[in-house]
Amino acid sequence: MIDWRLNGRAIIGRAYPRVLGVMREPSWILFDIFLPLLGIAAYIYYYRAMNAPEMYAGFIVIGGAMTAYWMNVLWSMATQFYWEKEVGNLQLYMLAPMSRMSVLGGMALGGMLMTTVRAVSTVLLGVFLFNVHLTLTQPLELTLVFSFTLIALYGMGMMFSSLFLMWGRSAMQMTSLLQEPIYLVSGFYFPVRAMGYWVALGASILPITLGLDGMRQLLFGASSNGFLPVDVEIIVLAVLAVVFFFLARYFLDFMETMSKREGRLTLRWQ
Amino acid sequence: MVHAIEVNDLTRLFGGKKTEPSVALDHLDLMVEEGELFGLLGPNGAGKTTLIKILSTLLLPSSGSAKVLGYDVVKEAAKIRPRINMVSGGETSGYGLLTVRENLWMFSQFYGIPGREAKTTIDDLLVKFDLLDKGDAKVRTISTGQRQKMNVVRGFVTDPDLLYLDEPTLGLDVNASLIIREHLRSWVKGNKGKTLLLTTHYMMEADELCDRVAIINNGRILACDSPKNLKKLISKNTTFSIETTPFGDVNGLSSLRGVTGYSAETNGEHTMLKLVTEDESSISDIISYLTQRNAKIISFNKNEPTLEDVFIQMVGRGLE
Repeated sequence: MIDWRLNGRAIIGRAYPRVLGVMREPSWILFDIFLPLLGIAAYIYYYRAMNAPEMYAGFIVIGGAMTAYWMNVLWSMATQFYWEKEVGNLQLYMLAPMSRMSVLGGMALGGMLMTTVRAVSTVLLGVFLFNVHLTLTQPLELTLVFSFTLIALYGMGMMFSSLFLMWGRSAMQMTSLLQEPIYLVSGFYFPVRAMGYWVALGASILPITLGLDGMRQLLFGASSNGFLPVDVEIIVLAVLAVVFFFLARYFLDFMETMSKREGRLTLRWQ
Repeated sequence: MVHAIEVNDLTRLFGGKKTEPSVALDHLDLMVEEGELFGLLGPNGAGKTTLIKILSTLLLPSSGSAKVLGYDVVKEAAKIRPRINMVSGGETSGYGLLTVRENLWMFSQFYGIPGREAKTTIDDLLVKFDLLDKGDAKVRTISTGQRQKMNVVRGFVTDPDLLYLDEPTLGLDVNASLIIREHLRSWVKGNKGKTLLLTTHYMMEADELCDRVAIINNGRILACDSPKNLKKLISKNTTFSIETTPFGDVNGLSSLRGVTGYSAETNGEHTMLKLVTEDESSISDIISYLTQRNAKIISFNKNEPTLEDVFIQMVGRGLE
């Protein structure tokens, strides 16, 4: 039987260092808010120099905001168990009575909260600095797309956390492999449909692809060159959220069993 | 009566897919009573940490069985975990950006302790461990010794029934070690049903603290009894401390007639030898051996047996 009180406390406990720890380092404002704006500005000026439709500036701002979540999932979720093992925290998590999913849930919750601050700042600054016009006509759909995207995305991060731990040092290379190519195929800085149907369909396994596409359609209207109808994207994102949650749980159990059997992975120096 | 720890014929192998598996624990049997402060002594690689990991439900045995607080470590791990905790020497767990209090609170949440209760317990323990003034300091700013004290506090915050301490005073100064030792003793003796399993490299610590001590080597228990009884085991042996100038082939001492164990530690211009011999007659051979190798004898003492002598006798060498 699940002890909700215990696991609720564990989630909050693990989310705590993600939120307060980061807030204690004021440098995050520079590194997480202002520096990413430079990259966004470069793409906006590039599109403007080419006389691209003005909504492309908005695509970049939304893409830049969602980049923050992708980076957080890669660097602070996927690789996190590996680092937790190195400092000796992982074996203490495994020793404790809470569900291991609560640790991942806490990491995801803390990461989401802090990244939302960055993402919202990026959108607000982007809108203000680059005079981007957003038209919000379907707030419920937008909320659903955004929520399911985050849940699916962090579910994927939870799954990667166990997988990256099993891959050990190769995890760093995997992170790099997942970073740059995904910027391309997920359409962070342009409508994903421009990559062609099959590439866009393949990239849809990543929640960020359909999330971005859906949000762009809902904020910039029918002319935003969407890939799939928004309703379909919401359903696919909801399915991905469930699938990644169960995969995360499966790989976590698998990783724990393997570590107990082989005497490595969760234990420091092994 | 339920034993706090009950280990039967426990074996743990590592590796072995392509090479011969290494044996960390070799058909080990061990019983620890509830309310005992039990010590585990052994050289590096003896199997102490492997045993603790199995008893902590972090590792599976290869064969045999282990029960903790009456529950099987393989089948009933979920019933064991809320009632145990573990602290290792030299631990770097926690987050440097959080304060000492926050780190301790965070770990307490993984055991579901209500926030207010956790905070009160943490403050009480910080007082006991002389760490109250560092409660609001970020962990990355405190010294190694203070960090280790924080780790030990972490072990007590969850009020476990069984606590594993793996070299808890490793690298600590005398005062910090004293504070920890005093707390360990009062925690076990002042609270009914609390059990502590301690591994340590410091023989004096084991001698002073433990109700019983097991000497473990190559994954096997060589002896298990109270420090007093263990010392009686070698009371008919004679132990010598000899300080000499450094000399070659120290290992040759073990081949001398009557020498049952020795340890040697060279520090600059001095080599400190501890020898356990069957009787005093061996001393002439030892002195001949040293003089043949041009070692000058600086001091020579015959000692009452200590736990270290027992260890040397059992294992054949001192702790590295």
